Amino acid sequence: MTAPTITSIRAGRIGDSPQRPDGRQKVTGEFAYSSDLWLDGMLWGATLRSPHPRARITGLDITGAVAMPGVFAVLTHEDVPGRETYGLERPDQPVLAIDQIRYQGEPVALVAADHPETARRAAGRIRVSYREEPPLADARAALAPGAPSVHPGGNLVRHVRVRRGDPDARAAVVVTGEYEVGMQDQAFLGPESGLAVPAADGGVDLFVATQWLHVDRDQVAASLGLDPDLVRITLGGVGGAFGAREDLSMQIHACLLALHTGKPVKMSYSREESFFGHVHRHPASMRYEHGCSAGGRLVYVKADIVLDGGAYMSSSPAVAANAATLGIGPYEVPNVVMDSYAVYTNNPPCGAMRGFGAVQACFGYESQMDKMAAALSMDPVEFRVRNAMREGSVMPTGQVVDSAAPVAELLRLVRDRPPPPARDTGDLRSLPGGVSNTTHGEAVVRGVGYGVSIKNVGFSEGFDDYSTARVRLELTGGEPSAQVHTAAAEVGQGLVTVLEQIVRSELGVERVAVLPADTTIGSAGSSSASRQTYVTGGAVRAACAEVRSQLLARAGDPAAGSPGNRPPGLAGAAGLGDLVALLGKPAEATVTWRHRPTAPLDPGTGQGQAHVQYAFAAHRAVVDVDTELGLVKVVEIATAQDVGKAMNPQAVEGQIHGGIAQGLGLAVMEEIQVAGGVVRNPSFTDYLIPTILDMPPVRLDMLELADPHAPYGLRGVGEPPAISSTPAIVAAIRDATGIPLTRIPVRPEHLTATQPDEGPDPPSAMIMGRNAPHRVPFDPRS
Amino acid sequence: MTTRHPPGSPGSAAVEFLRPRSLSQALAAKAELQDALPIAGGTDVMVEINFGKRRPAALLDLTGVRELRGWQRDGALLRVGSGVTYTRLEAELAGLLPGLAMAARTVGSPQIRNRGTIGGNLGAASPAGDCHPVLLAAGAAVEAGSVRGARLIPADAFFLGPKRSALADDELITAVLVPPAPGPQQFAKVGTRNAMVIAVCSFALELRPGAGVGTGIGSAGPTPLRARDAEDFLAAELAGSGLWESREPLPGAVARRFGELAAAAARPVDDVRGSAAYRRHALSVLARRALGWAWDSYRKEGHLCG
Repeated sequence: MTAPTITSIRAGRIGDSPQRPDGRQKVTGEFAYSSDLWLDGMLWGATLRSPHPRARITGLDITGAVAMPGVFAVLTHEDVPGRETYGLERPDQPVLAIDQIRYQGEPVALVAADHPETARRAAGRIRVSYREEPPLADARAALAPGAPSVHPGGNLVRHVRVRRGDPDARAAVVVTGEYEVGMQDQAFLGPESGLAVPAADGGVDLFVATQWLHVDRDQVAASLGLDPDLVRITLGGVGGAFGAREDLSMQIHACLLALHTGKPVKMSYSREESFFGHVHRHPASMRYEHGCSAGGRLVYVKADIVLDGGAYMSSSPAVAANAATLGIGPYEVPNVVMDSYAVYTNNPPCGAMRGFGAVQACFGYESQMDKMAAALSMDPVEFRVRNAMREGSVMPTGQVVDSAAPVAELLRLVRDRPPPPARDTGDLRSLPGGVSNTTHGEAVVRGVGYGVSIKNVGFSEGFDDYSTARVRLELTGGEPSAQVHTAAAEVGQGLVTVLEQIVRSELGVERVAVLPADTTIGSAGSSSASRQTYVTGGAVRAACAEVRSQLLARAGDPAAGSPGNRPPGLAGAAGLGDLVALLGKPAEATVTWRHRPTAPLDPGTGQGQAHVQYAFAAHRAVVDVDTELGLVKVVEIATAQDVGKAMNPQAVEGQIHGGIAQGLGLAVMEEIQVAGGVVRNPSFTDYLIPTILDMPPVRLDMLELADPHAPYGLRGVGEPPAISSTPAIVAAIRDATGIPLTRIPVRPEHLTATQPDEGPDPPSAMIMGRNAPHRVPFDPRS
Repeated sequence: MTTRHPPGSPGSAAVEFLRPRSLSQALAAKAELQDALPIAGGTDVMVEINFGKRRPAALLDLTGVRELRGWQRDGALLRVGSGVTYTRLEAELAGLLPGLAMAARTVGSPQIRNRGTIGGNLGAASPAGDCHPVLLAAGAAVEAGSVRGARLIPADAFFLGPKRSALADDELITAVLVPPAPGPQQFAKVGTRNAMVIAVCSFALELRPGAGVGTGIGSAGPTPLRARDAEDFLAAELAGSGLWESREPLPGAVARRFGELAAAAARPVDDVRGSAAYRRHALSVLARRALGWAWDSYRKEGHLCG
């Protein structure tokens, strides 16, 4: 059984935008996603999940399920042969619930049967007795003394402190604010799915849609009690990821069932189950205090950010670090007191999602920047420009930003874009409410808002962040052709295309095949943190250089020893005829490549060279708001982003459009509504994501200011578009309505003072009054 | 690795699937298997099945029943077959039933509108069904067929509760009977996205020049509702002030009061799609605006007619 090799002979080198090999298949519905995997004789797995967010399991009876015809296995935590827990940073999450439930949807038991419906029905016949307990559903309450502990050791997952300058700094003008971010979902369209095939050697082959094959492998192997070499993972077709596939979902479950039954087992979640099957974006509760000189220079920022990590750790510690280190935005601020907390609750587990801690903070600091500009009677862009970070600026962590940081330029670019045309009231699609015919222009007010953001690229805080690539050059049918092998996950971002472009540019050959990503080669790290083109692209480039060096040595070229100095394009250097002659035997190189190292944060002060690279984007949003109905139409987004080097301009543009759509969703519609730990809208009927009628035209300025530390000078592009688009849209809604919006997503109720039960949001309370300097770390437990 | 789709259901989980080729076959099948769930476009039924909310023992597929698929004049009324899709309501009935065409335009996506039918909308009997407010406002009747014969159920007697209708177990919805619009119709719906959204609340209005007005409220009560006080108030204002004849601009106070009365007729709850308070507020706005647009149309018609 082999997955299809993705081969492309279309031309396209670095800086071109060749057609991606999976594009036509996806558009025509022919692409094989992991949910399409199939083997004759395979079984189907189903998961029984807890309906309660917090409970003790007092009884578990599987006899009714076992007795059903067609059922091959019913498993509980007692059937886990190895480690009974897993997790990205710490294995705190049970493979199957052990005596207690910590969130709604927690897996309790597994069934394998010869038909998916049989498996589901059998799962329904498992009798579980629960003793419900009141869920801990509020993150700040979870930190209060005496709060019940979700895990032994208390509810604090991580507290990140960042201290810079004078903690008691005073300023002429002070604004404070409290902000809340709801729980966003990655809303990928391809549900969690995969196929586990037991192997003759006692191991298992797993075909699965994931973001990071090797970390999946290590966790699966630990829980199966197998040597990692006996767990082989191949990437299945991925239908979107956005962070939600960084944690495990059905991987261990399918492998358990396959090894238990000796048969291939497929699992594929339904849409509803998917909402319980992956982590979400952390909801945040934030308090900010900004101090500014009368002349408009920031003097200090004090903030605390509480991130609701839900029932298990996932990547919460790293999310908290991002929120803390990036939490004042791309501004020069001499004095900073920042505390970020990740907290356990009985809410759905939260972890990685595009923007990863920077998104929540950006809504807080950009809302504050607007508030301060208003307090100073300054133009919001001018105020930002006056305080903008630039190359050489010092982060609150003490890290010097040592490549381009064109924050002021990005802001000016979006500000100077011509305004969009006036609305066409003759076309319902251009009005708030769209074709639902709610306004013909009545009560519609236009607003403009700005946002700018900072994001780290790559893994931080001393993590050994590397990728492995093998490049092989040989003659196929008398023509030179290259093969590239990595374990890097193509999650839809276009990595396969970019790797082909790199090989074509480096080796000067047209025929390039990217082999399926699997664990027979070393780790490529995760397809997350905007890092894969940087790190795996860097590894492929290095492997190409090694291959080139081998061939030049064969040719007796004296420059062979320093391949990095050769102009790219082996054919150009040696001539195609010579290349054929040199390839009597294939040339191959496997390279493990690392970006420059980072360092941990000092636990007391948050000082440290924690990040590899910073990326910046600015957004201007223009919105039309029906101020009577509270409906919003985003009219246009102007954006400017420095991408270092546009390896594939069309793919970069796609990332920017997609990120803006996701940021728009968080601004005005996307929220998993959780009440008392229970999810109220686990469907695409009620979890709304933007449609094409919600997505406005995007006016894009793409800067290419090379980062000398990065391959090709590139800068990660995936996340920044999703970060400041949100506060820009909210600022535009504030501009149109005059309502001080402090919570996202903004709902029509917020704009019409019709929230359930309570009245409109309370005014931004003065938690950190201007006369109450921070002598001790801010206590979030209030 | 090959890619295939799962085979048919195993015996233990089988759903009987009936495909009548004529209305008489369909009615006979429904009489025999009364818990068979009728399915046409499948845009409601399949969602419920896929989410595990329904496990019907049998599905009665009506897509092969030609008699249900057309619409025609039936005396003074229009007879719209239950199998007419939203796409066709929008394309073919925009002149005769503009409110229904507007409502159909707000349903789902083009793919959904190509599949979903007016009969399916009624059969689901959701308080949020987009056709329902218009049918209430237009004074439509639902034709229910069975082997016992056909009967007409007035739209405002059809909806009994959330997803419950007056249909008997052996009956199928065969058609909707509705007068062609005697005057302007409007439909407006609030959702928290600009397309493809289930109503947070909706409002439909029909003006019957010289004769009265009809209203319908969606998604703001256990069933679709009429705003009877609003209808009576507006009918009295229009008649009493001679506005039908004069076609003068409508006083702002009348439109506002109409909105207030429409909102007062709603019985909304707080749910994931919106708060009760918002629904009431939004209905008052939608009703006021819909009246404004309808009255403007009426005035322009008068101008055009001379």
